[in-house]
Amino acid sequence: MRAIELADLGRAYGERVALAGVTLTVQEGETLAVFGANGAGKTTLLRILATLLRPHHGSAKVLGHELPREGWAVRGKIGFLGHDPLLYRDLTARENLQFHARLHGVRFERVDAVLDAVGMSARADDPVHTFSRGMLQRTAVARAVLHEPQLLLLDEPLAGLDPGAAALIDPLIGGGTRVVISHDPTFRGDLALGLRGGKVAFCERGATVDDVRALYA
Amino acid sequence: MRRAIGALIRKDLILQRRTPEAAPAMVLFSIGTFVLFHFALDEREVSGNLASGILWVTLLFAAVLGINRLFVAEREEGGFDGFLLAPVDRTSMLVAKATVLFLFLCAVEVFVLAAFAILLLGPSLQPALVVVLLLANAGIAVIGTLVAALAIQTRARDLLVPLLAIPLSVPLVIAAARACAPLLTEGGAGALEARWLAVLGLYDLVFGLLAYAIFDFLLEE
Repeated sequence: MRAIELADLGRAYGERVALAGVTLTVQEGETLAVFGANGAGKTTLLRILATLLRPHHGSAKVLGHELPREGWAVRGKIGFLGHDPLLYRDLTARENLQFHARLHGVRFERVDAVLDAVGMSARADDPVHTFSRGMLQRTAVARAVLHEPQLLLLDEPLAGLDPGAAALIDPLIGGGTRVVISHDPTFRGDLALGLRGGKVAFCERGATVDDVRALYA
Repeated sequence: MRRAIGALIRKDLILQRRTPEAAPAMVLFSIGTFVLFHFALDEREVSGNLASGILWVTLLFAAVLGINRLFVAEREEGGFDGFLLAPVDRTSMLVAKATVLFLFLCAVEVFVLAAFAILLLGPSLQPALVVVLLLANAGIAVIGTLVAALAIQTRARDLLVPLLAIPLSVPLVIAAARACAPLLTEGGAGALEARWLAVLGLYDLVFGLLAYAIFDFLLEE
């Protein structure tokens, strides 16, 4: 089954074209790796897939639903991890996850389970503003996977994590259908999309490390 | 929808309890304004239309402070995105935020009315005042939530909130002030006029329906 189908997808901010001409298909269970320098349009693509931005051109189908028209049907099936952790600074990690659990109709037992899985049980009752960058990222990952989404949209999920924390997080964000933004040329997905200045530099299954490195040259 | 409304209200109340910002500012602003009126009018006590006017203009300006802060956590800490990613009716944000603002206004008014009675008001406060306060608070909460949701999307939100909220609240302040005036009259309470209560009720209804109709669009990018 096709999890993501994009056809000539584009998006502009005023006069500036942030994304143009993205056409690709991601099958269920596959990982789409997205590469590109800062401002290449990676985050714009991720936010369109998350239903947080409307496409201005082309079409986007996610989990069988046309965006933005059927965005309501996709919400709740997506786990989104962007630049911002989407956590309230003055709430504790547990309170933040319980808030999202209520919104998603998830049982609180799951909150304890994901906090444990990301190694944050000991700090679960501390306010988020007391967390280090890595702890914040771990809690944000816990939030993103809390409702066991069918599709994960991840913007540099391992950013700020030490190797131990990365090893903890990896099983939580691996396995299912994923779109992963990465700056690591060695990161491997089933399909690699390279963006340069909002346009597609490459979109292929056999992209090499050199192809990715060329994006940043 | 009830689940989402409950989650949002609970979250806002925890945040307000942990880092109180809006409510203390609203109370201090109101008390400061009463002190200024006390000296500027050079009168120890006011009553009737003057007392009612001072009370409602002060309450409205104080409410603007709270309205300005209503969506700040959502904007600055990614609350909007977190909410928009959840499979919930977006109107639940309107209902939750309006309820929270209504509760803030009610809590603030307990202190503000006490300060008003001590610093300015001649006659004693009448229980019937509560009816007017509740109806007016509902209107301010609805219009405030609408304006705050609109303003938070702009860079000039601190300017936009008073520029939109104050003119839109004019009918509400007129009705509330007229309804309160007989209750704040020297020599005993006058009767509460039903027509001003009806105006307040109508205002709440009209803006409630308007907010319900357009709130979804305000949350769009």
